[in-house]
Amino acid sequence: MSHNTLLVFEVTILVLAIFLGFEVISKVPTLLHTPLMSGTNAIHGIVIVGSMIVLAQPHKSAFMWIVGVAAVILGSANVVGGFVVTDRMLEMFKKKEPPKKDDA
Amino acid sequence: MSTDLTRLLYLITIVTFILALRFLSNPAHARRGNQLGAAGMLLAIVVTWIKIGSTSWWAIALGMLVGGGFGAVAARKVKMTAMPQMVALFNGVGGGAASLIALAEVHRILPEPGKPTVDISLAIVLSGLIGAISFSGSLIAFAKLQELIGGRPITYTGQKLVNGALFLCAAGLGLALVAGVQDEWLLWGLTAGALVFGVLFVLPIGGADMPVVISLLNAFTGLAVAAGGFELQNNILIVAGMLVGASGTFLTLMMARAMNRSIANVLFGAFGQIQTGVSGGGSMDGTVRPTTADDVAVMLAYAQKVVVVPGYGMAVAQAQHDVRALADLLESRGVEVTYAIHPVAGRMPGHMNVLLAEANVPYPALKEMDEANAEFGRTDVSLVIGANDVVNPDARNNAGSPIYGMPILNVDQSKAVVVLKRSMNPGFAGIDNPLFVEPNTMMLFGDAKESVAKLTAAVKAV
Repeated sequence: MSHNTLLVFEVTILVLAIFLGFEVISKVPTLLHTPLMSGTNAIHGIVIVGSMIVLAQPHKSAFMWIVGVAAVILGSANVVGGFVVTDRMLEMFKKKEPPKKDDA
Repeated sequence: MSTDLTRLLYLITIVTFILALRFLSNPAHARRGNQLGAAGMLLAIVVTWIKIGSTSWWAIALGMLVGGGFGAVAARKVKMTAMPQMVALFNGVGGGAASLIALAEVHRILPEPGKPTVDISLAIVLSGLIGAISFSGSLIAFAKLQELIGGRPITYTGQKLVNGALFLCAAGLGLALVAGVQDEWLLWGLTAGALVFGVLFVLPIGGADMPVVISLLNAFTGLAVAAGGFELQNNILIVAGMLVGASGTFLTLMMARAMNRSIANVLFGAFGQIQTGVSGGGSMDGTVRPTTADDVAVMLAYAQKVVVVPGYGMAVAQAQHDVRALADLLESRGVEVTYAIHPVAGRMPGHMNVLLAEANVPYPALKEMDEANAEFGRTDVSLVIGANDVVNPDARNNAGSPIYGMPILNVDQSKAVVVLKRSMNPGFAGIDNPLFVEPNTMMLFGDAKESVAKLTAAVKAV
């Protein structure tokens, strides 16, 4: 694929992703806005994939090593922290059976 | 693994991300959606791992261990009340990663003549610029919410001018790079400028507006990641990053609308510092009436309808379980108890819902603002627990108040208002609240958790 063909293809999926992003969250109720923010936060942790690609380049200078490892550290903190925080928030919304007695 | 197969497997990850966001529209499925997204993320990481082969695998593993370990421990240990700043922190590191990738790519490509092409260098500039702003801005937001630095807006004269000039300088360096100037230091200068800009940009914004800012910075990181996808010609970064960029922007707009303010007003209004200049028109004239738990207990026990208005004070004191115990006790005496939830109560939209859900308060008892406001007229006692700005009648009555026009919970329309508060200090936004001196308002000073526990004991004794 030529560089320009690839670029046009990339711009196409970019624009489609914009509309999808608006569409997919337009139905989220206010009470879930915080988990939503946290959930999207975890999704941009996909930057970890980019960090891995940077670090996987052959013939790296010392500079590339340092930047690459730092990027992987930051990216993986984003992924793990993002998903765990979101999970802890959503755990609070688990379905409850009203007749269940309190065991306090 | 071939590139085509990699891309097909990435597509599965993208589908899980979309489903994760879709499932978030219903509390019953939301958690499963998030787990699905996490599984998709794991798939993308494994696929990438196999694709890049054995190159530097130990360095990647080490980085993941350090970063993932930190993320897991920090996210597990943090209290529910501190969630907002954790989101800011994890958002910031993502932006930082995007900006580091930009630096690495420029370093790798630049020695070759004629490289990078315009589109690649534009992507590099955008991810470097936006990623760095998101990184430093998020860290400041974290520091403000963690109260490492003051929550009040920090302002000085000529601030907007300095910020604007700084941004233009950084953007100018970026333009030079896009125009084909082959110098790595352009991006270093741009990154440094963007880091400083991020700090200066968030510092003047008051703590009460932080949720909107974090949401915006979240969208920024998404955009930086999408630009990183163009840099590395990687589809999954483009789609996932843009998905977050678009949904984050939309969410930011919705949150600002809930506060009846424009984004520009949130970002550049230095909310909360105007009050010192504009005198409140003497609206604080009146007497504060402190009361005791015993007196309030009698009122509550003989009321027909009690509305609990929770705020950040309840979150700080971890009082949600005690609040529920008090509500249960009152209900057993035949009192109708509901909760009025302001869309921006606490420091994040939905913050109160999360905490009350933790304490097993049933959903139907939680009333959103419009529904709650229709009921205050026939409410005997409004119990304001650690909320302040969201019940400030100045938002309705005083055009000089910085929160004028923000929709509030009209607790002042109920027969009696009891405010549980630590002291007469103004709230997070630093604004006087005339509700506290109204004739039907009483103040019960003390830590919210202790006060509610005392109330419960006193109601039992009635």
